[in-house]
Amino acid sequence: MHIPDGFLSAPVSVTCAGLSTVAVGAATFRSRGRLGPRAVAMVGVTAAFVFAAQMINFPVVGGTSGHLVGGVLAAVLVGPSSAIIVMTAVLALQCLVFGDGGLLALGANVLNMAVVQPLVGFAIYTAILGHARPGRGRDVRRIAGVAFAGCFATLVAAATCAGELALSRVVAPALVLPAMISVHVVVGVGEAVITGLVIAALVRLRPELLDRARASWVSPASSIVVPGLAAALALALFVTPFACPWPDGLERVVERLGISPSQARISIPAPLRGYVVPGLGGASTTAAAALVGTLLASGLCVVLGLCLAPRSARSGPPERPS
Amino acid sequence: MSGAHWLQSYAHLDSPIHRAPASIKLLATLAFVTGVVLIPIEHVGWMALALALAFGIGRVARIPFSAFVGRIALAQPFALGVAVLVLFQGRGLTVFGAVALKSTACVAVVQLLAQTTPFPDLLDVLRRARLPDVFVLVLALLHRYLFVLIEESRRMRRARLARTWRTSPWQTWRSLASVIAVSFVRSIVRAERISVAMRARGFS
Repeated sequence: MHIPDGFLSAPVSVTCAGLSTVAVGAATFRSRGRLGPRAVAMVGVTAAFVFAAQMINFPVVGGTSGHLVGGVLAAVLVGPSSAIIVMTAVLALQCLVFGDGGLLALGANVLNMAVVQPLVGFAIYTAILGHARPGRGRDVRRIAGVAFAGCFATLVAAATCAGELALSRVVAPALVLPAMISVHVVVGVGEAVITGLVIAALVRLRPELLDRARASWVSPASSIVVPGLAAALALALFVTPFACPWPDGLERVVERLGISPSQARISIPAPLRGYVVPGLGGASTTAAAALVGTLLASGLCVVLGLCLAPRSARSGPPERPS
Repeated sequence: MSGAHWLQSYAHLDSPIHRAPASIKLLATLAFVTGVVLIPIEHVGWMALALALAFGIGRVARIPFSAFVGRIALAQPFALGVAVLVLFQGRGLTVFGAVALKSTACVAVVQLLAQTTPFPDLLDVLRRARLPDVFVLVLALLHRYLFVLIEESRRMRRARLARTWRTSPWQTWRSLASVIAVSFVRSIVRAERISVAMRARGFS
C-alpha cells in the first residue's frame, strides 16, 4: 500500500501531508506528558518490533507470501496515540532509508497506514471488547475483535489509498476502488488471522501486557472521541471517490487560494473526465456484496476467537525467564 | 523482502555525492521529486530526462548498477499494479507511460539519497529542521534496534525450523505468530533495559 511519488497530484499530496501532520502532532502532544525516557525507549523499540514483524513473510496459497501491515497490532499493544508515532516512524524510515514509498507521498502514506488504519482498528477493537469481565468470554472477544479490526481497518486504509489516487486524477474511481478493495480483502484476511494469532499467543503468555496498554491509554473521553473521529474520517474518505462533484470543488478551492489556474491545471490533468466502466454492477449489488462480506468476515473472526482462546481457567500468568 | 541484500547499504562508499552535506541532498531530492510530480503528462521528454539524470547521478555516486536497479524494482510492484489499472481507461497508454516514468525517476532519486547518506546525518538535518525531539529520538532508536530485532527474529525462526520436521500451513502460521508474540515480549524487556541504561548515562 506504499504509494510511490509520481502518482499523487501536488494538491492531494499537500492536503494529505497537512492532515497527517495534524494527526501526528495531536498524537505527540497527547503523549508529551507521558513520554519520559522510559516511554521513549518503549515507543522506539516497538517501532523496531513492528518493522521487524513486517519482514516476516507468511505463506499464502500458491507459493505467494504476504506480510503484516501492523498498525492495528501496534494500536492494541501500545495504544492509539503511541501507535500513530510508531507507524509514522516506521514509514519515515522505510521512505528515507529503504526507498519504499515516496518522499512527497509520505503524508498520504502516513495518513493511510499510520493514522487511518490504527485509529479505525483500535475503535473497532475497543467497541467489540467492551467492558467484559476477565475470563474466557473476554479472551474470545479480544481475539475476535482484534481479527475483525485488522481486516476492516486494512480495507478502510485501502479505500483511503484508492480515494487519494482517484482524487489525483490518475485512475478513475470506479476502476481503482474495486481493484484496491478486492486485492486488500486477501491482505485483510491475512492481517486478521495473523494479528489474531499474535494476540492469542500473548493472551497465553503475558495477558497483563494487553490490559496495561489499554488501562494506561484509554481515558473515558478518548474512548468516545477516537472512534467518533475515526468513523468520520473513514466515512469521508470512503464516500469521497463516489462523490463526483468533489474534485471540481478541489480545483475551485485551489484557484480561490490564489494559485493561478494554469498551475492548477498542470497538477490536475483533466483528460480523465467522463470515464465509464462497463460491467460494474449498480449500487445495490455492491451493497449486498459488502453485507455478505462483512457477515462472512465476522463469522470467521468469531470462529478464530473460539478456537484460539485458552480453554482452562488461568491461575495467573505463567512465569517466564527473560 | 527476505534476503540480507535488501538491507545492504552503500552509504559508506566515497564519492563527491557522498561527501555533499546531507541537508543539501535532502532539499535537492525534495525539489527534484516535486518538480517531477508537477510535469504535465504530455511532456514525456522531460520525464525521460529526469530519469536519465537520476541514473547519471547514480553512476557518479558509484553505486553498483545492479543493486541500484534491484532496489528500484523492489519498490515498484505497487506502482506496476496501479499503472496496469491505468491501461484500462481512456488515453491509458499515455497516462501509463507518464506515471511509470515519473514514479521510477522519483524512486531512483530517493534511493540515491538513501544510498549516499548515512542515516544519522539525515537525523541531524531533521533535528535542525525543528522536528519534535521525541520524533527524532524515536527514529534514532528505531534505526538502532531494527537490525538487532530482525536478527533476533531470524534466530528464533531458525531455531523453530530446526525443531519442526513435519508441518502444515496452519502450524506454520501459528508458529510464526508465536515468534512475533515472543519477539514483542522480548522487545518490551529490551526497552526496559534500554531506558534504565539511558537514565544511568544521564538522559532525561
